[in-house]
Amino acid sequence: MKVLFVGIGGIIGSLLRYYTGVFTHTWWGSEFPLGTLLINLIGSFFLGWFTYRIIKRNVLHPAVATGIGTGIVGSFTTFSTFSVETVTLMKAQLWGFALLYVLVSAIGGLLMSWAGCKLGSQSAGKMKGGLPS
Amino acid sequence: MTVVWIGIGGFLGAICRFLLSGWFNKKSRVGFPYGTLFVNLLGSFLLGLIMGIGVSSGTYSFLGIGFMGAFTTFSTFKLENIQLHGQKKATVSYWYLGSSYIGGLLLAFIGMWIGMK
Repeated sequence: MKVLFVGIGGIIGSLLRYYTGVFTHTWWGSEFPLGTLLINLIGSFFLGWFTYRIIKRNVLHPAVATGIGTGIVGSFTTFSTFSVETVTLMKAQLWGFALLYVLVSAIGGLLMSWAGCKLGSQSAGKMKGGLPS
Repeated sequence: MTVVWIGIGGFLGAICRFLLSGWFNKKSRVGFPYGTLFVNLLGSFLLGLIMGIGVSSGTYSFLGIGFMGAFTTFSTFKLENIQLHGQKKATVSYWYLGSSYIGGLLLAFIGMWIGMK
């Protein structure tokens, strides 16, 4: 059951990522991969919030929650595109862009995830540990 | 047609990530998220390979944007780091961050290099 929800979430997340990328491309002309960066930062924030506000409080059926968290948000954000885009920037000798991309992804992603967890756990009571299921 | 290929790829990629990372994470005893690390490193290598080979746009929609995009994940990677810090496992988190970024970039580069040969 969970597997099917994750798969359906994967369809939605991938298409959302694709359309966000296409939309960003229409107004962003630079070589800097802003689309993926925005996707990854927004997704990191949302997954943090969702995990503490919804999953840990059992607000939704576990299969639906996994479908949204692991399926939609997990597929919306991507690591492979980030890696390949960074290498592509390095190969084009756009070192400043490559460094900026890695730093903003690394530090910004952690901050966004932390902020999401914080916001989600505020109303959910004490923050609990453990990896997301 | 692009949208259909991305959708099918996303469906399969997400399921493969869910099954593989779940299996790997269960094996981990020190709380190191081997599962997510594994899918992210493998996906970075394979996407690099796909880019290096230079596939058609339909194949890229299915394998690149759909499958590899959904197979790898950034949000779970970040959340796991925040949770490791919450559990006072900062050292594990630093190893996780370092191996993901250095390994991901290196494998993407190697994949592209092999693909172009």
